[in-house]
Amino acid sequence: MIRFDNVSKRYPGGHEALSNVSFHLPRGEMAYLTGHSGAGKSTLLKLIALIERPSRGNLVLDGINLSSVSNRKIPYIRRNIGIIFQNHHLLYDRTVFDNVALPLIIAGYQHKEIGKRVRASLDQVGLLNKEKSAPITLSGGEQQRVGIARAIVHKPGLLLADEPTGNLDPELSKEIMELFARFNDVGVTVLIASHDLKLIEEMGSPVVSLNNGRLSHNDLEITSHG
Amino acid sequence: MVKTDSNQLAKSSPFKAWAINHLRTLIASLGTMTRQPASSLMTIAVIAIALALPAGMFVLLNNASNISVGWDNSAQISVFLKHDVTEKQAKKLMGKLRLYNDVNQISMINKKQALNEFKKISGFGNAIEALGNNPLPHVLTIQPVVDANRPDKIRHLLKQLNKHKQVELAQLDLQWVKRLFAMLEIAQRAIWVIASLLGIAVLLVVGNTIRLDIQNRREEIEVTKLIGGTDAFIRRPFLYTGLWYGIGGGVFAWLLTSLSIGLLDNSVEHLANLYNSGFQLKSLSLAEGVNLIGFSCFLGLFGSWIAVGRHLSEIEPS
Repeated sequence: MIRFDNVSKRYPGGHEALSNVSFHLPRGEMAYLTGHSGAGKSTLLKLIALIERPSRGNLVLDGINLSSVSNRKIPYIRRNIGIIFQNHHLLYDRTVFDNVALPLIIAGYQHKEIGKRVRASLDQVGLLNKEKSAPITLSGGEQQRVGIARAIVHKPGLLLADEPTGNLDPELSKEIMELFARFNDVGVTVLIASHDLKLIEEMGSPVVSLNNGRLSHNDLEITSHG
Repeated sequence: MVKTDSNQLAKSSPFKAWAINHLRTLIASLGTMTRQPASSLMTIAVIAIALALPAGMFVLLNNASNISVGWDNSAQISVFLKHDVTEKQAKKLMGKLRLYNDVNQISMINKKQALNEFKKISGFGNAIEALGNNPLPHVLTIQPVVDANRPDKIRHLLKQLNKHKQVELAQLDLQWVKRLFAMLEIAQRAIWVIASLLGIAVLLVVGNTIRLDIQNRREEIEVTKLIGGTDAFIRRPFLYTGLWYGIGGGVFAWLLTSLSIGLLDNSVEHLANLYNSGFQLKSLSLAEGVNLIGFSCFLGLFGSWIAVGRHLSEIEPS
């Protein structure tokens, strides 16, 4: 699903955020990405989401080499990725329902279908009764779950999460991680960046660790050609 | 990635999805505007005033041309006879001239009659009586056959009239009409210049409003890009907002113009009555009004298109 092959990312100014990273996350697998802040976790996720482009090496997502994708194709690749942010990135001028419906509207779903899918998605994160609420009236954990509902509503093949439990207490964090594990159970590939080592250990999925932009620990197979 | 069949089926056909998206955005952008009624109305008012000004000028100019077209047809030649020509001789000459092909109508203003009228109108009655004799000559007035394609015909007639030995001077009262037309043309050009400048002002107003709108919705644009919104999808609400500004501005400009003309109408009718004229001020016709709205829509759309092109690409998720 995701294949890093000697990928490096150097920002203008010379700072190298990732150096020669290679790993392979197979389809349907779930893995954690750890490392201290500044180790390159966010950069790695940004490369997958095509927010940044690799400076060197090959990054293949679902058979598509992201190094050579044209800007016009980016939106269509992103539609198969659900992205969850630490700071939710919800739109506060509209209801929970409208926030979650956004990916479906972009993809051109019919009105009736949108209602059905949004409610199914809110049901999965346990917020079915909040569809008419304004996001600002929800707690931090609930807002994060709205963000998750939006990321899964169009049934993407890949879920990326950047510190999804960063602002939550341990109990809520565990709930969120279990939610991701449930999506993984139905076949979604999941990659979660987190520095909550204790929680990750409890969850028991493979871990990829970064230190100063280099792989320091890798439970996944290292990319090999073929 | 595996896409389930149900995923495919739930999506509308590409064209239908496209149409639904457009309709949805069209209505949503109107909704966004009505949520900030004060600022939306102010923008619309600025557009409306900027467009109503040249539109009103055009209406007045058109009315002015209409009046002068009427006068052009009633071009009149005044034939002043020599002072020693008697009334009898004058009538004989009138009979002769009536036979000319190019003469449509001819009538005579008797010198006595003219003097009486002049006394009455001018109020110089006493002064004129002091002169002792009548200083006015007999005058023949001729309505020539007007052939718009052959202006030289009238000139030819004028030459013939001037050759008569009893004629002191034959004069075409058309010069002022020509001058009026020249002035109207200058006015028309001036209005075009003003209209162009104000049109550019409308573009800038819409462009700036949309630019602020884009800045205010930066977060929304970033999120939309992150979850796979195409540039066209992101551009659309701003273009439609510009279109709505154009429609609103155009409709209000039409109303403003009609209202202003309506306010003038009474005074103009009063003036026209004083001239014994049935002249009435014409406001914008339906077609002209629709054109005004169309032009306004174009400006709104174009203005937002410029703003979107300049500022949307600056926003990328990070």
